[in-house]
Amino acid sequence: MTNTEREVIIELKNLTVEFKGKGRKPFKAVDDVSFRIYKGETFGLVGETGSGKTTIGRAIVRINPLAGGEILFKGRRISGVIPKELDREVTRKIQMIFQDPMASLNERAKVDYIVSEGLYNIGGFKDEQDRVAKVSRALLEVGLLPEFASRFPHEFSGGQRQRIGIARALIMEPEFIVCDEPISSLDVSIRAQVLNLMSDLQKTKGLTYLFISHDLSVVRFIADRVGVIYKGKLVELAETEELFEHPYHPYTRALLSAIPIPDPRLEKKKKVLVYDPSCHDYSQDKPRWVEITPGHFVLANEAEIRQYQAMAG
Amino acid sequence: MTEPILSVRDLVVKFSLRGQILTAIRGASLDLYPAETVAIVGESGSGKSVFTKTWLGMLDANGWVDSGSILLEGKDLARYRTEREWLTIRGKKIAMVFQDPMTALNPLRTVGMQIQEVLELHHGMRGEEAKARTIEILGEVGIDMPEARYDQYPHEFSGGMRQRVVIAIAVACNPKILICDEPTTALDVTIQAQILELIRSLQKKLGVTLVYITHDLGVVANVADRVAVMYAGEIIEYGTVEEIFYDPRHPYTWALLSSLPQLGVKGQPLYSIAGTPPNLFTEINGDAFAPRNPKALKIDYVKRPPFFQVSPTHSAKTWLLDPRAPKVEPPETIKALQAKYEGYAQ
Repeated sequence: MTNTEREVIIELKNLTVEFKGKGRKPFKAVDDVSFRIYKGETFGLVGETGSGKTTIGRAIVRINPLAGGEILFKGRRISGVIPKELDREVTRKIQMIFQDPMASLNERAKVDYIVSEGLYNIGGFKDEQDRVAKVSRALLEVGLLPEFASRFPHEFSGGQRQRIGIARALIMEPEFIVCDEPISSLDVSIRAQVLNLMSDLQKTKGLTYLFISHDLSVVRFIADRVGVIYKGKLVELAETEELFEHPYHPYTRALLSAIPIPDPRLEKKKKVLVYDPSCHDYSQDKPRWVEITPGHFVLANEAEIRQYQAMAG
Repeated sequence: MTEPILSVRDLVVKFSLRGQILTAIRGASLDLYPAETVAIVGESGSGKSVFTKTWLGMLDANGWVDSGSILLEGKDLARYRTEREWLTIRGKKIAMVFQDPMTALNPLRTVGMQIQEVLELHHGMRGEEAKARTIEILGEVGIDMPEARYDQYPHEFSGGMRQRVVIAIAVACNPKILICDEPTTALDVTIQAQILELIRSLQKKLGVTLVYITHDLGVVANVADRVAVMYAGEIIEYGTVEEIFYDPRHPYTWALLSSLPQLGVKGQPLYSIAGTPPNLFTEINGDAFAPRNPKALKIDYVKRPPFFQVSPTHSAKTWLLDPRAPKVEPPETIKALQAKYEGYAQ
């Protein structure tokens, strides 16, 4: 299926997010970022700390206001001021899973309340019986027992807490979930459990994920397409294997070269590339967002475009 | 073979928590040889940090070494009780680099002073001499313009640069053993690669023995000569890095390697370990991993396995290696690793 035929669920158009300090010049955390996420896919967003990847996720769930550009959900604008009905729909259909399950659950509330808080906010249940049924179903879907509803978060392990975080998102019957480093703070043996759960839920419910992570090995495993972000700018975007096999942008190449490989022979002779931003001469020839091969985009100026095209053969 | 410089035997460490006794280390033994790099791998709560902290007398106040010995240069550190005794070891003989460079430095003192302090305390250096050496060390750990950086505070440094400073403090007194406790977990991959490179080059230059604690098997493959795998307070398998990665024998090591996304097949479920690690408040009978091991033998629930030797450098604590044990096939991912290794050998 070509990309033009696929249903676009989220579209970012020239997204810019700024943070204002006292008297200082506003800091551009996200700078003119545009991309589309198709229904049913997992879109991976990678970049280093402070690159703006989390800010993009937060802008989509409308926590961070935009300084410029717009966000479309199924073709309708959801950034800025929007009608109340649409607001309700978006609140429900777009959910988020947070990084640290130790910090993202209310310690003083029972699981029952934590999971149904979203429903309370939108009045998403008929009566008490309906709400309890929904909570039980959400807990079962993430592999927990309905009895757990009467317990407090501190009674659970990290992996179980992340499952509660996922149940809280699922109960809203979302179509799109922003997953912000959902497994980074989990233990190695628990990560696989949560990754598998997320894949299963995606298959059974037709969910679309924006998977934000700095762990490129996980992204390679779970994402269909990957965008690489550096200092607020999207520098490269392609299907996962295409990106890992044929990276063009020097930052992407440096990032990929640094991934640890769990194979001593390969890892010990691995060559790590260092990215030097001054390798681009953008003084005259300004960079633009171009498609080098079908579906593979990169931020480059004319000279670089010629170079990348030569690499593509 | 050369003599070990540190020899830990049957170490048992307990903690008292809310009136209950938790056994964090359940009889772990390890030898360290000069100038080698040993990686200790395990998930949180496996006891890898606690294990190494006992070598420096840095256990929390509610913890103690219950039995076992830690021999360093003929002295048994397990018998050390006073701070005065520990000060002859800590920093001087054994130094430690911590996980989070954001909290390991004193925010109120300049970076230069924090390194210089070590030189003054341990080497008796003073004034200009100490300052000159500090600037030299800053340069050695890869900090540009060390003269200017000397007077700066930790908040003026990035995460990677701060970790370099922490490493500088640790190597300032030329310790015999350097313990790095997840030194790159809080850092980005590109910075992580740089710090690993720095640690490796410093080790070569100083000839220090490196103990690297991590849960990241990719990092282990990068730094380690030998690997010890910890689970529930025990070392369950150790061997050279190639033996652990290409021919692991313990079901937990199998599971740990198999659950790596790098070794998974896209679109298929990733191998995952069911359940959670055991509760260390209760006594564990048999193999601690048995309840999570679908292929566990009956004896695994009854009797704790001893170490079985696979090669002179490789041993694993699993009944599967007993001659009487039935043949249990490792998971497909492990077989693929073995096949890959045979490919390298040819």
